Amino acid sequence: MFNGLAQWIALVALNLRTLSQRRGSALSTIVGVACVVAVFVVLLSIGEGFRATMAATGTPDSVLVLRGGSESEMMSGLLVDATRIIADAPGVASSATGPQASAELFVVIDLPKRSTGTDANVPLRGVQPAAFAVRKHFKIIKGRLFRPGTNEIIVGRGAAEQFAGLDLGDTHRWGENPWTVVGVFSDDGSLSESEIWSDARVLQPAYRRGSTFQSMHALLQSPEAFTAFKDSLTQDPRLDVKVVRESEYYAEQSEGLTRLVRSLGGFITVLMALGAIFGALNTMYNAVASRTREIATLRALGFGRGPVVFSILAESLVISVVGAAIGGAVAYFGFNGFQTSTLNWQSFSQVAFAFKVTPTLLVVGIVIALAIGLVGGLLPAIRAARLPVATALREL
Amino acid sequence: MKYLYLVWKNLGRRKLRTVLTVFSTIVAFVLFGLLAAVRLGFSAGVEVSGVDRMLVTHKVSIILPLPISYQETIRTMPGVQAITHANWFGGTYKDPKNFFPQMAVDTTTFLALYPEYRLPADQKKAWQTDRTAAIVGRTTANRFGFKVGDRIPLTAPWLRKDGKRSWEFNLVGIYDGAQKETDTSGLYFNYDYLKESLATASIANQVGWYIIRIADPARSQEVAKRIDAQFANSAAETKTQTEKEMAQGFANQVGNIGTLVTWVVAAVFVTLLLVVANTMALSIRERMSELAVLKTLGFTHVQVMLLVLAESCFLAVLGAILGLGVGVVVVAGIGKGLQQFVPVFFVPPRALVLGLVLAFLLGLIAGLPPAVQALRLRIVEALRRV
Repeated sequence: MFNGLAQWIALVALNLRTLSQRRGSALSTIVGVACVVAVFVVLLSIGEGFRATMAATGTPDSVLVLRGGSESEMMSGLLVDATRIIADAPGVASSATGPQASAELFVVIDLPKRSTGTDANVPLRGVQPAAFAVRKHFKIIKGRLFRPGTNEIIVGRGAAEQFAGLDLGDTHRWGENPWTVVGVFSDDGSLSESEIWSDARVLQPAYRRGSTFQSMHALLQSPEAFTAFKDSLTQDPRLDVKVVRESEYYAEQSEGLTRLVRSLGGFITVLMALGAIFGALNTMYNAVASRTREIATLRALGFGRGPVVFSILAESLVISVVGAAIGGAVAYFGFNGFQTSTLNWQSFSQVAFAFKVTPTLLVVGIVIALAIGLVGGLLPAIRAARLPVATALREL
Repeated sequence: MKYLYLVWKNLGRRKLRTVLTVFSTIVAFVLFGLLAAVRLGFSAGVEVSGVDRMLVTHKVSIILPLPISYQETIRTMPGVQAITHANWFGGTYKDPKNFFPQMAVDTTTFLALYPEYRLPADQKKAWQTDRTAAIVGRTTANRFGFKVGDRIPLTAPWLRKDGKRSWEFNLVGIYDGAQKETDTSGLYFNYDYLKESLATASIANQVGWYIIRIADPARSQEVAKRIDAQFANSAAETKTQTEKEMAQGFANQVGNIGTLVTWVVAAVFVTLLLVVANTMALSIRERMSELAVLKTLGFTHVQVMLLVLAESCFLAVLGAILGLGVGVVVVAGIGKGLQQFVPVFFVPPRALVLGLVLAFLLGLIAGLPPAVQALRLRIVEALRRV
C-alpha cells in the first residue's frame, strides 16, 4: 500500500518537474484556460453588479403604489387626493412628522455620460420629506440637503460619477427653471444612487404636472402589514392603483438584463470551454506522445497503470488551475468594482452600477477550469496507460 | 497544385492533432460569427439610419411632448422637404412581458418618410382610411402569429374615454424591410384614433417627436441649428439631430457593447493563435529531417518555408470556413429566441469576409516561427539529428 502511494507521488512529481520541457504547449493551454475563466467571470459580473444594485433597492417593509395598469413609475400617475388616501391607509408607519409615505414625481432628463460625452436619460425624482425615511440608508455624503421650496437638487453617488455636470455648485436649466446641485447622497448602493432628487412641489410646476404625482413610496410598520395595506387600497372604490413591494418590483426589473447576460455569457463560456478542451487534449496527447518511451520505461520498471493515468491527469489539472488562477486574478483585479451605467428599459432611464466579481463566480470559474483539465487529460492518460510496453520501447 | 497535395498529406500525418486543432479553430470562428451578430444587433439602428432624416425632440428629454403647432412652422423652414410626427404608445400584448414598439403616427405622411418599410399599395390604402387600422412589421407579426385581418388588443397606460385601458386595433397590413438590417418590429397606427379616444385632453395636440426629411444631408447641422433657434426660450425647446446621431446615442446609453465584444473576440483569438502556433511548432520539430530531405531533393529554402506557411494557413482557413458556416446556422437558430431583445440578429456578410482574412493572418503568424526555422535549416545538421 505504501509502495503504491509512493509510486503515485513519484510520478506526479516527475511529470510536474519535466513540465518545463513542454513549456510551449503547457503555456498555450494555460492562456486558453485563463481566457475562458476571465471572459466568464467578467461577463457574468456585469449581470451580478446590475442585480446587486436592484436588490439593494427597497426593503421588505417598503412599498410602491402606482396607477392601475402601469408597469413603471414613468407611465404612472396619481392625483393628490389619491396620495392622501394612500398615506392614511392602515399599516403605513408613522413618525412625529406624520405618515412615512412620499408622493413622488419621476421624469428623465438628458445629461452627457462622462465616459462617452453622449446624452443619456438620467432620472430626476421629485420627493416629499418622508422619502428620506422610506429609504432607510439615505445619507448625505457631500454638501447638504436641498432647501424645501427651492430649485436645489441633490444627486446620487452613482449619478455624480457617471454623468457630467453634477458636481456641487453646477447649474442646469430643465423644464422652466434653473437648478443648482447642493449635495451628493448615498443609499447603500441602491438604484436611488443613480438618480437626481428635488423637492416634488418645485418639480410639479416646472414640468406642468399641476398637483399630480406619479408614485407613492411608503414604509410599512412591518413586512407582514403588506397584505392588509394592499387590500385596503385595491378595494377602495375611490382608487385605481397597483400595490407592489419595492424589493419585488426592482427584482423584476433586473430580471431581463440578468437573464440576457447569463444566457449570452453562458453560451460564450460553453463555446470557449469547448475550444479550450480541444487545446488541452492536444497538449496532453502531445505530452504523452513525446514521452512514449519514458512512460514505457516506467511501466517496464514496475509502475502501475493507475499511477500513470493519475500523474497525467494531475499534470493536466495543475495546468488548468494555474490558468484559472491567472484568469480569475485578471477578472478580479482588472474589473471588480468597474463603474458603468446602462439603460433600464422598464424605467427608460440610466442605472449606474459596478461590475461585481463574486466569490461564487470565481468558484464556478475554477470548476470550469478543472472540468477542462479533467476532460483534456483523461483520454491522453488512458492512451498512455494502454501503451503496449514492448512496442513503445522500440519506438524512436 | 502538387504542393497542395503535399500540404494535405502532411496534415494527415498526425490526424488526431490536426483534427483537434481544426476543432479549436472551428469553435473560435463560431464565436466570432456569434459576436459579430451580437454587435450588429446592438448597432443595426446606427448603420441603416436614413442619412437625410432628422428627429426633432424636446430638448430636456425625449419623453416630454412637443406641441402639434410646431409642425407648420418647421415644414416651411428652408432645407426641410417633408415632415411627419409620432407618439410613443407603450402598450403590451396580453402579457406585460410581451413588449414591442408601438407608435401613433400621421398615416398620410408617415410612409413617405420611411421608404424602407415596404407595404403593398392596397394595405397602405386600408391603413390610411380605417381609423383603428394598424400595420405591423414582419418580425413582430411572426413573433405573435399576427395575420392581416386580426383584431389586436393592447393594454396601454393611456385611459380611454370608456374608462378602459384596453385598445383594439384592426391589423390591415404587414410591412417588410427593404434591407435585412431594417428593424421591422414596430406597430404603427393612426394618431387621430389615439387623440380622439383619450379620456383626458392633456396629451391631445401634443406629439412625441417630429421626423423631417432634409434636402441636403451635408447641411444637417445648419438645419438643426435653425430649428432649435426657432423654438429657443419657448416653453418647449427642441433638440434636432440626425437619425444616426439619435441611434448612436441610444446605443451609447445601453453601453459600450462594441468594446466588450472586441475584447472577447481578442481573448478568443489570442488563445487560438497559441493553439495553432503550438501545433505547427510541434509538427515541424518532428519533421526536421524530412524537410532536410526535401531540400536535398532540390526544393529551395524559400519553397520549404512557403510549404510550412501554407500548411499553417490551410489549417486556419479550413477551420475558419467550417466555423463560420456553423456560426451562421447557430446564429439563425438562437436569433429567434433573442428577437425580443435584439430584433436584428444575423451574421453580417462583412464579418464572414473579415473572418477569412483574420484566419489567413492567424495562419501566417502562427506558422512564421517554424517557417523561419525551416528556411534556415541546414541539410547536414538536420540529417545528423536522430
